[in-house]
Amino acid sequence: MTSQIINNHSAEHHDHDAEATAKVAFGFWIYIMSDCILFSCFFASYAVLHTNVFGGAGPKELFDLNYVMVETFLLLTSSFTYGLAMLAAHKNNKAQALTWLFITFLLGLGFIGMEINEFHHLIIEGNGPSRSAFLSSFFGLVGLHGLHVTCGLIWMALLMFQVSTRGLTAMVNRKLACLSLFWHFLDIIWIFVFTVVYLMGVM
Amino acid sequence: MNDFLGRLTWDAIPIHEPPAVIAGAMMIGGFVFLVALVTYFKKWGYLWKEWFTSVDHKRIGLMYIIIAIVMLLRGFADAALMRTQQAISVGSDYGFLPPDHYNQIFTAHGVIMIFFVAMPLVVGLMNLVVPLQIGARDVAFPYLNSLSFWLFMVGMVLMMLSLVVGSFATTGWINYAPLSEKVYSPGVGVDYYIWALQISGIGTTISGINFFVTIIKMRCPGMTLMKMPVFTWTALCSNILIIISFPMMTAALALLTLDRYLGFHFFTDTAGGNPMLYVNLIWAWGHPEVYILVLPAFGVFSEVTSTFSRKPLFGYATMVYATVSITVLSFIVWLHHFFTMGAGANVNAFFGIMTTIIAIPTGVKIFNWLFTMFRGRIWFAAPMYFTVGFIITFSIGGMTGVLLAVPGADFVLHNSLFVIAHFHNVIIGGVVFACMAGLSFWCPKALGFKMNEGLGKASFWFWLVGFYVAFMPLYVLGFMGATRRISHYDFSTGWHPLFVVAFIGMLLIAIGIGCQVLQILVSVIKAKQNQDYTGDPWDGRTLEWATSSPPPFYNFARIPTVTTLEPHWDAKHNATPIFDESKPYEDIHMPRNTGVGAIIGLFAFTLSFGLIWYIWWLVAASGLAIFACVVARSLDHDIDYYVPAEEVERIENELMLRRNKA
Repeated sequence: MTSQIINNHSAEHHDHDAEATAKVAFGFWIYIMSDCILFSCFFASYAVLHTNVFGGAGPKELFDLNYVMVETFLLLTSSFTYGLAMLAAHKNNKAQALTWLFITFLLGLGFIGMEINEFHHLIIEGNGPSRSAFLSSFFGLVGLHGLHVTCGLIWMALLMFQVSTRGLTAMVNRKLACLSLFWHFLDIIWIFVFTVVYLMGVM
Repeated sequence: MNDFLGRLTWDAIPIHEPPAVIAGAMMIGGFVFLVALVTYFKKWGYLWKEWFTSVDHKRIGLMYIIIAIVMLLRGFADAALMRTQQAISVGSDYGFLPPDHYNQIFTAHGVIMIFFVAMPLVVGLMNLVVPLQIGARDVAFPYLNSLSFWLFMVGMVLMMLSLVVGSFATTGWINYAPLSEKVYSPGVGVDYYIWALQISGIGTTISGINFFVTIIKMRCPGMTLMKMPVFTWTALCSNILIIISFPMMTAALALLTLDRYLGFHFFTDTAGGNPMLYVNLIWAWGHPEVYILVLPAFGVFSEVTSTFSRKPLFGYATMVYATVSITVLSFIVWLHHFFTMGAGANVNAFFGIMTTIIAIPTGVKIFNWLFTMFRGRIWFAAPMYFTVGFIITFSIGGMTGVLLAVPGADFVLHNSLFVIAHFHNVIIGGVVFACMAGLSFWCPKALGFKMNEGLGKASFWFWLVGFYVAFMPLYVLGFMGATRRISHYDFSTGWHPLFVVAFIGMLLIAIGIGCQVLQILVSVIKAKQNQDYTGDPWDGRTLEWATSSPPPFYNFARIPTVTTLEPHWDAKHNATPIFDESKPYEDIHMPRNTGVGAIIGLFAFTLSFGLIWYIWWLVAASGLAIFACVVARSLDHDIDYYVPAEEVERIENELMLRRNKA
């Protein structure tokens, strides 16, 4: 009798895990859609303000496409390695998942480091966000993306900790899947940033 | 010391302004009284365990509603002050409110009524009703629901705090740039505004996602989208609007924050900034916001009309399509708030036409309600009074809206009292009446007793007549050229008599609100006599009436299966059962209560307080504390439990006994 109840429970637990995964994944998608709108407002601001250089330097003078190319490469590769981490997680291979997560983390960190370096250079050369509305909207948009990536990195560090202490449980896998959505989403946003801000700015 | 408290000094306490002192004293007095009361009855433990940490959607809904009613009194006090000022501040008399204080009051009135009265009433009703209507045991993310509530509370506390520490914004409820920029508003007022709305707005976004997922994923077996109750449909659309529009408010406020705190130039009138960008962003959120409020109101009226006419809703499908059309249209009309910007004739024409088109689905709804009542056996209970009052009042408000939507007319009426009359006409006639109707309709479900009918009806009459007396003169004043937000005018304008009439209307509404407060008190005191043991006091039609009142914390002992649009009605009258009574009770899976939402709320409050007063160590410490809470929550895997079947059976038997005794 007791064992039967326990069995029922564990079967039900599986149901609940599946149900919870469906709900969480769906809810996270919806969150990402709302975040997308947040970004679109920042894009719109950039579109409205990007010509207002107020006598200062414009995109052509400020942006170095080669530098941004390396940044882009780092971020896109990190999306690929995150995909590999998810594949490893699906195969229930903890060590491999952790390795790929760590590599993703390093690539993301490289991206953020380069972005901070770029910002730093702009600011010390007198092209900070207070210089003109164009630079305000540039720092706003790119900074918002950078902030998201930073949050993603902190989240990734926490998840690596959870994977190593708890293993790939249903709940941890759920979180990995959400971060995966988030990370790829930031990649897509970056492609738009790269195109709209950097490529179209320099062209 | 200076660095330690940022720009917070003793000067922040407005002891030299009599109105602020009185308001502050009343607020602090009320707060101290409440704290003393809870301490005296030793209820802190109970409050913390059963309410503050609760993830039960019904309790969270009730907490939203209680706060909303308290804030209604504050918001109305602001309205009363403005009406009084405008009635006496004419000619050589300058009234009793200094201009700066008057500006704070109209700003606070708008912010409070929209964000801290209408929103929590609507979100509170959704919390109470939606899971019950779809046969679910809770929302999709119960912990996030609690977090949303506490983030909303942060906004509310900041609003109240701005009365006694520092001052509130003087920029109008929509906080237009460049007036709200640092150069023109250097004080803390705009910062209070920004953080109160930013924090509670994030809570609202989370709520929106939560309810959207709940409605999409957690409907009971058999409930297809076109078998959802209309209130749930309107809640769904309202949450879609929240998910899409609130990030725009977040963005607008974030950009303004960057301008004010870090010297960016998004909306400044120097360095290439563009103030109209702010106006566009905030209204791209602001217009959908009014539909976030009014769609659930339409839902309430649909439920009430069909229940009290004892007929199925006329044109259910058209009601759904109308709701969805309004949802879509609400995103392409925002520019009608500033036709005078100078966007050009074609742009104005587009937005004007889109705006008038919204009248079509709204008209469909009006006719649906009328035809539901037609040949129905109408039971004139208090909710039905509010519904009939709504149909008439809202139609008038809608028509003045169509008038305002004509760009040519708008150039005359823009920024005049006509606009004030119009939106109070639709918000009071629509949202407020709906919330009143909804509260007395669902009160027996939420609390287990009916509200006092007589006082409810008295309150309705005072509200209705008071509304017309207070706001019809404003339409005329608008045509006579009276602009909104004026604190003084001359006799030669000829406005004075009409302002006095409006003042009398305000007094009538005050009596209406008094009746409501009395109604709540009397209903609670006489709860025993008005107890509803049946769980279905109105002969209801939808699932929420199929469980006991108040429902057990798990809502339904057995998950219902529905086959029709009005499952509970059909179960009663057409022998189509919704519960499979042959099966034994099963263990029920429930979320555990958690204090994390309340604790994050506390630190979000200290975080915003630090940001407002430039107390940077507090900002850093609170930020870290919030981060620690989020991490702790994410590491906590013990977040749910099972209610054993025997326990469910015990509770159900008890409820059954109570029902049979009645």
